[in-house]
Formats: sequence, structure tokens, C-alpha cells
Amino acid sequence: MTAAVFFGCAFIAFGPAFSLFIFTIAKDPLRVIILIAGAFFWLVSLLLSSLVWFIATKATNAQDLTLQKNLLIFGSIFSVILQEVFRFAYYRLLRKANEGLAAISEEDGPALSVREMAYVAGLGFGIMSGAFSMINTLSDSLGPGTVGMFGDSQYYFITSALMTLALTLLHTFWGVVFFEGCERKRWWVIAVVLCLHLMVFSLSLLNPFYVGSILPVYAIMLLMAVWAFFSSGGSLHNITLLWTCRKSNTETSS
Amino acid sequence: MVLESSKWVMFIVCWLFKNVSCNSVAQKIYVELNNTVPCVRLLNATHQIGCQSSISGDTGVIHVLESEADLEWPLSKGPNPPYMVLLESSLFTKSIMMKMKNASSRVAGVVVVPKTSLPEFSPHTTCPNENTGVYTETYDHNLAHCNTTVWNPRGNGLSYEEFDFPVFSLKEDNETEIIKQCYFDHNRVVNGSGLQYPLCAMQLFSHMYAVTDTATCMRRSSIDFSSFPVKVCEPLGGYNVLAFIRPYNSTAFGHKENESVVIAAARLDSRAFFLEDSAGAEGSVSGFVTLLAAAQALREATQEAPPTRNILFAFFNGEVFDYIGSSRMVYDMKNNKFVIDLDNVHSILEIGQVAVRSGTNLFLHSDPVSRRNNTVHDEVTNLVKNLQSSTAGLNFSFVETGFSQPLPPSSFQRFLRARAIPGIVLADHQTAFNNRYYESFYDNAAHLNLTYPSNLSPEEQLEFVTDTAKSLTEVATAVARALFKQAGGNNSQVNNINADPKTVTQMLYGFLVRSNNSWFQAVMAPELKDVLQPNPPWYYVGVAKLSHQANALTYLVQYLLANLTGTATNLTQSQCKKPDELPNESTYMYSYFWVQGVVPPNSTQRESFCIRTAVRLAKAVSPAFVLGDYVSKEYSTWTESQWKFIKARIFLVASRDLEMLTLGVGVAVLFTSLLVTYFVSTKADVLFSVVREPNNAAY
Repeated sequence: MTAAVFFGCAFIAFGPAFSLFIFTIAKDPLRVIILIAGAFFWLVSLLLSSLVWFIATKATNAQDLTLQKNLLIFGSIFSVILQEVFRFAYYRLLRKANEGLAAISEEDGPALSVREMAYVAGLGFGIMSGAFSMINTLSDSLGPGTVGMFGDSQYYFITSALMTLALTLLHTFWGVVFFEGCERKRWWVIAVVLCLHLMVFSLSLLNPFYVGSILPVYAIMLLMAVWAFFSSGGSLHNITLLWTCRKSNTETSS
Repeated sequence: MVLESSKWVMFIVCWLFKNVSCNSVAQKIYVELNNTVPCVRLLNATHQIGCQSSISGDTGVIHVLESEADLEWPLSKGPNPPYMVLLESSLFTKSIMMKMKNASSRVAGVVVVPKTSLPEFSPHTTCPNENTGVYTETYDHNLAHCNTTVWNPRGNGLSYEEFDFPVFSLKEDNETEIIKQCYFDHNRVVNGSGLQYPLCAMQLFSHMYAVTDTATCMRRSSIDFSSFPVKVCEPLGGYNVLAFIRPYNSTAFGHKENESVVIAAARLDSRAFFLEDSAGAEGSVSGFVTLLAAAQALREATQEAPPTRNILFAFFNGEVFDYIGSSRMVYDMKNNKFVIDLDNVHSILEIGQVAVRSGTNLFLHSDPVSRRNNTVHDEVTNLVKNLQSSTAGLNFSFVETGFSQPLPPSSFQRFLRARAIPGIVLADHQTAFNNRYYESFYDNAAHLNLTYPSNLSPEEQLEFVTDTAKSLTEVATAVARALFKQAGGNNSQVNNINADPKTVTQMLYGFLVRSNNSWFQAVMAPELKDVLQPNPPWYYVGVAKLSHQANALTYLVQYLLANLTGTATNLTQSQCKKPDELPNESTYMYSYFWVQGVVPPNSTQRESFCIRTAVRLAKAVSPAFVLGDYVSKEYSTWTESQWKFIKARIFLVASRDLEMLTLGVGVAVLFTSLLVTYFVSTKADVLFSVVREPNNAAY
């Protein structure tokens, strides 16, 4: 549409990821490395799954639209499964590489705990996934026109940005929960993450019925936020501690 | 930039996925309009005319204009300026365009849809080429600036106005339907209630590089910054097509002793408001087709019994833009750069607009000022006598106009500027033009009543002799006979000189209906067959190309004239390329063209052959560019601006409120996330209790 929409959508889609990066990742070079490597793993999974989809579409009739749509759905499901497989592969890689990371880190002992790695890896997946979802749409939002000539909704850009935001945060939370589950050998966690990922994908198929797709996705995101909070060592006790700490701080300072 | 590289990635991915339609978001937004004709900017020594868009295109909400009163909506009442006004050609009038020009802050551009025609419309000026003809203040004060006769009274001068918004013309009907559908779906005002966003809008790109005038843009073009100098504007020009009956050695320039030449001239080019849409049926085609037919009629008679004087058939290009072709020829003659000079010119007969008669007479225009000299007057009277006696047995006659009337705009005026040469201009109008559509895109085949019975195939239409063709044939016969007599030919041969109506009707079909027909294909060279299209050729002279390339019209006239006046030889194709190796052939005297030839009925191979002809092309670029005098008042200084790309597209625009809402939400999300993340990260040790692993050292 215009610069206003471009910046608005860019901030919506990448604002949280950007702030997470600045405040938690940018200072530690090791975290940056794990973030980039995580993004790369996601990218490879997308590449392999898109290869499968590409071969499938080339091998079939390009004019048959329902077939192409079904192939797209099949390709996306395959991509979701492959993303989780690569997440698991990244977990294994990080566990194995812990020794090497310890060697190059400045502190003694383990450089990063598994939880930190989980969070960073999840964020890496999220950023790359968000970038691939949103950059193309963002670049077209700079022009003077908006979507709608062929019957699409005019809220296309803002809902794409909201969806990207949700997906980025979801990938982060899934990363935390997933690694924790693998660490504790709770394999059902992996299955639940996979199912939730597939559910989010199928909700996105409901577009342009945005009420039916965005609201449930945000509900799932809040659920995952709570789960990730608890699985990374948080608890209600800590929250109350925080609150009283603040209260006592304000009392002492005043 | 990240966006550009990702756009490139998407582009490459899309290109790879060519068979599957790439669902880029841009495809959901924009509909590109492919068949558009823009109005471009032309400059001369003092002005710039035409249209300009801003460098990133002009966007406006589409409004389909229904009548002149409806102009209130885009100009004052409408709540969402700027507007892109869509007009049918019947509303494309000077008053509407000037109203929009005056309110140009609310008008983003104009799109014209050619449909019904007006009863009369001429966007040219009322006095064409008034400053570069012979009638200046010094020549004759009473005749200057069309004081006696206004030649084009219907002229509204629209082509010479300057607009600071783009004006486009749509060619196809499919695209117009899409635009109108979009307008009716989104932009219609429903009973006084406000318009609902999103609205249908159009963006036009036609940014022109040149500004102000020719001197400025030529100066800017000559700055040599890099190895790829950017040309800001290019001079207009092309080629004149010339053919002598008895050719001279083409390398021997200057005066030829004891040679006297009669020049038979006609104009090739024409224009319209949208330069690519120029038709010029009555304005130029009627004249040069008649001259081509006369050249064919004279061929046998002049070969059997060559007349005393030579005859030069001259087809001048660029005449609409201040006589580019004829001024260059006169300049070359004066400076010994042409095979003859002005002393060799005996008289001139020019064929003007001859197809729309208002009676059975054609008029002979002459210049009253030069006729004050007795010798010139006697020669002109002699020429008039030859012309009038040539119509014996034909269905029309030549009538002289009054003495005090000046010449209409014609190439002959440029010769008169140099020397008082006797001459006549033939025209179908006695005073003002009969042409209601002078230099406009309505001056097409329909204007000449070129109608064919509906059940004919294109090839049959090519052969069908229309009434227009019959009347032009008679004119051509009279012209040929008059030229023969004027050149001192034997009077007994005169009645054998007849123009061929079949040739004339085939030429009219090829030049006004469809240039890709079997006769034109037979006449053209094999390497030029792409010049033939299913439409008529362009009549706009265009920019002078650096290489020896001419435009389609020039090639067509060149090869037609070669076919009609040349002789077929039995040289082979390789001999045709290098005829000097043969004893009797000489490229100094003749040109040799290898032409495709006809397809005989029982085979598929064309019978190509080599034609030897005296036809030559002479460069027709204004002497102002040769002399480097870009502010010349003497010669044409017209240039055309260069541009990068010209395109048009339609899309929907969203309301400002939605855009601001998106920006607001974005900024809010960004700030909230920054605050929350900062807060959580500083309190992370409190919020997330670390579980001490029992075996640290293993890591």
C-alpha cells in the first residue's frame, strides 16, 4: 500500500523478534551463532520440503487447480513434519557440540544450558520462518496498491503480519518445550508439538476467514507461552516473588 | 537491500516455476495494462509540448467521465483527489482538456478510449508551420500568419499544448472493460452516500527526461559522463525517398550544366495527438499514393521517348514538424551536397491533399508574391496550362485559385524561401482545408470512405477497386500527363499515359488498412518483411536513427517506388549485392534491391529477383542539427524526449485510516515488545529458577 503500511506490518511481524534479539541474544556471540545455525536448519528443512513439492507439481498437470491446491497442502504438511525432524536433529547436534562450545567459550564449565540453547534455537527457527512468510508481502506493500482487485480481503497485509508474529513466537515456545521434552525423555511432548504445528497450519488454511484463523492461533500461542514459561523453570511462586521484590524495592527506595 | 535481494530471490524462484503460476502478492494487487499509447514530450527552440508524468508515476482514483458537466466531480466536488479521468474519444475536446489542465492538482492523468468519432476534430494549429514557410513578415506582410486564409479553421491546437500530467490512449477493448468493471464495482457514487474504500485507482508512468527546449536538452545530451552517455532527447528526422527518371552519378554533387529538372513532390508523414496513432489518410497518403501512381504511369513513356528535362519524384519526410525533409534538401542543394542545385530546378509540382473533393474540381494553388516577377508568372501559367489540358477525357478539371491567396502549407514553400521557382500545389480545397480531421487519428480509411463489401477476404479486398481509388487514379493520370508535358515530352505520347486503378487501390489498402498483404510482401526485401504488420504503418516521422535504418513507411515507399519505376534484371542474389563487378551495372547510377517476388500459384517458393532502380534515400534531418544551431528560427528544431519506461496499471487503494491504523498497531507492538522483553530479561534470574544439574563437569 504505502510506506505507512510497510512500516506498520514490518513492526508487527518483526517487532518482538527484534526486541528479543537485541535484549537477549545480541550481547553473547555464542547465542548469535546458535541463532544463525538454527535459522539455517529451518531453511534447509524448507528447501528439502519445497523440492518434494516442486517435483510433485512438475510431474503433474499444472492446469488442474484443485490438484495443485491439494499438492500444496500435502507439501506443507510434509514441510511441517520435516521442520520438527530438523528441530530434533538440531537438538542432537547441540547436545553433541556442547563440548566444543565449552572449549571456545570464555567461562569455565558449560557455556550455555540446554534451556538457553532451546530458546535461542526456537527463536532462530521463528525468525527465519517469519522472514520467509513476510518479506515478499512486505516488499509488495510498498507500492500504491492494496490487495482486493480479485476479491481478496483488504486486511491482507495486517493479518499476514499478525500471523507472522504469532508464528515467530510459536516457534520460540515450541523450541523451548521441545528441547525440554527431549532432555527429560518425554517423547509425547514431541508428538504434541507436532500436532500443534499441524493445527496452526490447518488453521491458516481458513484464510481469508480471519476470525477463524487468527484468534485460535493466538489462543494456541498464549497456551504455548504459559507452557514454555513453566517448562523453562518459571512458576507462580517466581512471579509472586517478582511482584514482592518490586514492591519491596519501591518501598525501600521511597 | 534485503528487500531487493529477496525480491530477486522470488523473481528467480518464479522464473523457475514458470509453468506453475507464481502467486506473488503483486499479482493479487496490480493489473498491468499492456496496449497503451502514451502522449510524449516534444521540444523545439522555444517550447515543450506534450505530456509529462512524475518519475514514480502518477496515481489517481479512476473516474469515468460521462459528459462535460460531469467534470465537476473530479475538478471540485469529488472527495478523493487526485483523479484519473477516463474519457471516450467523443469527449476528448479542447475545452475539457483545458479545464483539466487548469485544475491539474486534482487531475492525476487522463485516459482516452477511442470509440465514436466527433464530426470534426483537428488537434493541429489553425495555421500549420506558420513560422517556417515562406510567408514571413518580410516576404509579404499581408499573407503572413494566415491573415488572408486560415487553412485549418477547425484546429484547436491541442497537440501543441503542454500538460503536466500523463495522457494515455487505450488500444484494446478487453482492458477498457476491466477498467470500467473495476470502476462500477468500487467507485460509483450511490445516491449521495460517501464512497466506500477501497477505491479503484490507476497509475501511469511516462516520465520524460527532457525539459524546457531543444537547446537545453541537446546540451544535456552532449555531456559525456561515462561510457554510456545518456541521451536526453533526440532530433526528429528520417529519410526522403527520391527517384530521378534519368539518374545522375550519386557521387557528383553540385550544379549540373544544361540539366533542367521538374520536381514532383509529395509529403509522407503525418501526426496525431498520440504520435503512434497517426493515420494521415487525407493529409498525406492521398498525396503520395497519387504521386506513386503517376510515377508508374510515366515509366513506359519516359523510357521509350525520354523527355528533354529530367523529372525528380521527391517524397519528403518530416514535413509536419516545420518541413524537416524539404528544408534539408534545399540546404543540401544550396551547399552543393546534392546531385543538382537550385539553378537546375525548372519548376515544382506538389500534390497536397487530394482525396476529399467538394465538387468535381481540384484546385491549383500558386504563390502570388513570386508571380509578380514576369518570368516566373509566365512559367506558372505554362504549368497551369499543361495541367488543365491534361484533364481532357477525365471526370474532373483543374481550377486556379484566386491570385491573392497564398500557398497552403507545402514543401514547395521551402524552395520558395531559397529562390523564386515557379510551381503549383494541387489540392482538393480552394481556401480552407476540406479535411475535417487534419493531423488527427480520425483521418483514417473510414474518413476516405474506403469501404469494402463485407464478404470479401483480405486478399480480395486488396484487389477490389474502390471509388476513392478510381478518383485518385484519374488525378494521377492527369498529374503524369502534365509532368510529361512540363518535362518537354512528345505530345503524341501523352494519351498513352494512364495510371493503373488496380495499383492505386492496392496501395490504398496497404497504407490504410493492412500493410501485410500479398502485393507488399512481393515488393519488399526478404530481410525487411517484419516491417509488414496487420495494421497500417505509422505515419509519425520518429527520431532520426544513427544507423542507416528508416521507419516502416519509408521502406514501403522506397520499395514500392522501386517496383513501379525500376526494371527487373536477371542478376543472382550475390550479384545483386555487388553489381559493380558486372560490366553494365553501376551502383553510382542505380540502386539494386533483392525483392521477394510473388508466389506462383502452383508452388510455395517465392520468385525473388533483383530490381535495378534509380530510387535513393536522402537523409532528412533538420539543418539546425547539422549546423548545431538549436535556437534556429530558420529551420526545424523539433526533438523528442527520451524516457525509461512507459507503463500503466490499475489496482485498489485503501483508506488512509486503515493505513494509519496499521502503522499505529505496528508501533504499539514494537514498543510493547521492547518494554516487556527488557523487563523480562532484567528479571530473568528471578523468573526462571535455574535447576542445578548434578554432573556439570561432563559438559
